[in-house]
Amino acid sequence: MSKFSLGKYLLPTYTILAFVFLMIPIAYTFIFSFNDPFKNTTGWQGFTFKNWTGVCNNIDVCLAFGNSLLIATIATIVSTILGTMLAIAVTRYEFKFRSATNLLLFLPLATPEVVMGAGLAAQFLNVGIPKGIGTVIVAHILFTLSFVVVTVKARIATLDPKLEEAGRDLYAPPVQVFAKITLPLLLPGIMAAALLAFALSFDDYIITAFNSGTEVTFPKYVFAAAVRGIPPEANVIGSAVFIFAIALVLVFQISGAMRSKALAKKN
Amino acid sequence: MAQVATRAPRSAAGQPKKSRIVLLLLLPGMIYLGLFFITPFASLITTSLQAPVLGGGIGQYQPGLEFGNYGFVVNEYMEQIVRSFVYATIATLLALAFSYPIAYFIGVRARKHPVLQGLMLTLVIAPFFISFLLRTFAWKELFGQDSWISNLLRDSAILAQDQYLLGTPIVVIFGLTYNFIPFMTLPLYTNLERLDTSLLEAGSDLYAKPTSTFWKVTFPLSLPGITSGTLLTFIPIAGDYVTASRSFLGSPNTAMLGNVIESNYLRIQDYPSASALSVMLMAAIVVLVSIYIRRTGTEDLL
Repeated sequence: MSKFSLGKYLLPTYTILAFVFLMIPIAYTFIFSFNDPFKNTTGWQGFTFKNWTGVCNNIDVCLAFGNSLLIATIATIVSTILGTMLAIAVTRYEFKFRSATNLLLFLPLATPEVVMGAGLAAQFLNVGIPKGIGTVIVAHILFTLSFVVVTVKARIATLDPKLEEAGRDLYAPPVQVFAKITLPLLLPGIMAAALLAFALSFDDYIITAFNSGTEVTFPKYVFAAAVRGIPPEANVIGSAVFIFAIALVLVFQISGAMRSKALAKKN
Repeated sequence: MAQVATRAPRSAAGQPKKSRIVLLLLLPGMIYLGLFFITPFASLITTSLQAPVLGGGIGQYQPGLEFGNYGFVVNEYMEQIVRSFVYATIATLLALAFSYPIAYFIGVRARKHPVLQGLMLTLVIAPFFISFLLRTFAWKELFGQDSWISNLLRDSAILAQDQYLLGTPIVVIFGLTYNFIPFMTLPLYTNLERLDTSLLEAGSDLYAKPTSTFWKVTFPLSLPGITSGTLLTFIPIAGDYVTASRSFLGSPNTAMLGNVIESNYLRIQDYPSASALSVMLMAAIVVLVSIYIRRTGTEDLL
């Protein structure tokens, strides 16, 4: 009997401890975003709001952040559109080479970033394209594309194809079926995919290092700074992005829970 | 049934139009992958066979068929190649051991509480929302020379006064494990969430001990989740070079394949060596993935 109750509490206790462990570096980053950089950037120097109110006093970190936002925004838009189209094609239609297409869409996920980065860099070098923001965007579209496909595919798998059939049976033209039925139903999946693509692009260091030349993104800035110590402004940006992303995910979850509750009531 | 019968001829009649839609949906993405995924692989292979330009400067190479490049990098970097696979294997197993109970708790025990499930899943992926480099740097500081962890270990005589934690294989493997835990937890959760709990009840009804129910029922049923989790964890770890780099948790003694590729490509501009190593890493992973796929099927992985 005592063994049974031990088993009952062991798992939740472990899970809570595991979550505390997972949060350690996040807490560290958040705490050190309030560190007073009076003398140097290693060790605790005292509490201040200065880093939060004046992030862009450190102009380098702000420029790097701006570059990362620009790259992630463009890469997300393009890869979400291309990826959604691919996901619809491979799940909703039968065609020759479908399994080959699936394999091709899976391969980028199985490619280590360092290989993808070096491959693209070799390609740009051979063709003679100078590295810059443009080449970084091309690289980021590439490595986020398969993640978009997987996420949207997962959403399509949960959809009832009868809804689209009903539209076609009522002689709605394909474009209208897509715009009025398929797209609205897919939207949560597409949003999730876009969020994932943005997060992956924003956080990427390895592929960016190979294809950015002298352009600096936020991860590149942090990597270069890590040798001496990270300035607190970088921790401010990291913490702010974290809070924003968590808030976004929670809003998604709460609205999803409310929607399913409302649906349950209707039924 | 009647519905199917009336629908079939119509979709057959609409076939040419349908194939045009498929083509339209596929073409942009496929052209993109062709230009920036497939041809770069070809570039990587041709670059790996290039020869230095006679009398040329650093980073100048000409097309060639120098298969010796491969023998050279294997000899030169055997240590780092082996280390990459050893570290990746250990870190993947650690991540599996760490994640399984969490995934089981969220996916099976918390099943009746979807809101709690959602919150816990958010906590699992929370490390993804803080920059990869910032979280690795946080561990660097926490394991630093004068950190409380180092001092505690020194006071309890686990660590000698002149020993460092940073730059050791233990800390690098720790960092690799931490950084890729969510890649393991999520697929495990997705699998365990669908576990039929009546099978577990059947086990206990037949007086099976909880441990034998676990090893005979739960564990075998969760193998697809373990498969995709280990792949999703192992592959990025094998190619990672941030965690093991000297600027973060590593030292020259912990350099992995990724570090060697990076330094060859971006620092000493030995493009053929970097490309040969990349081709070999990719080939090893393709072999690994295809063995896995043969056991589980592609559709399961995606």
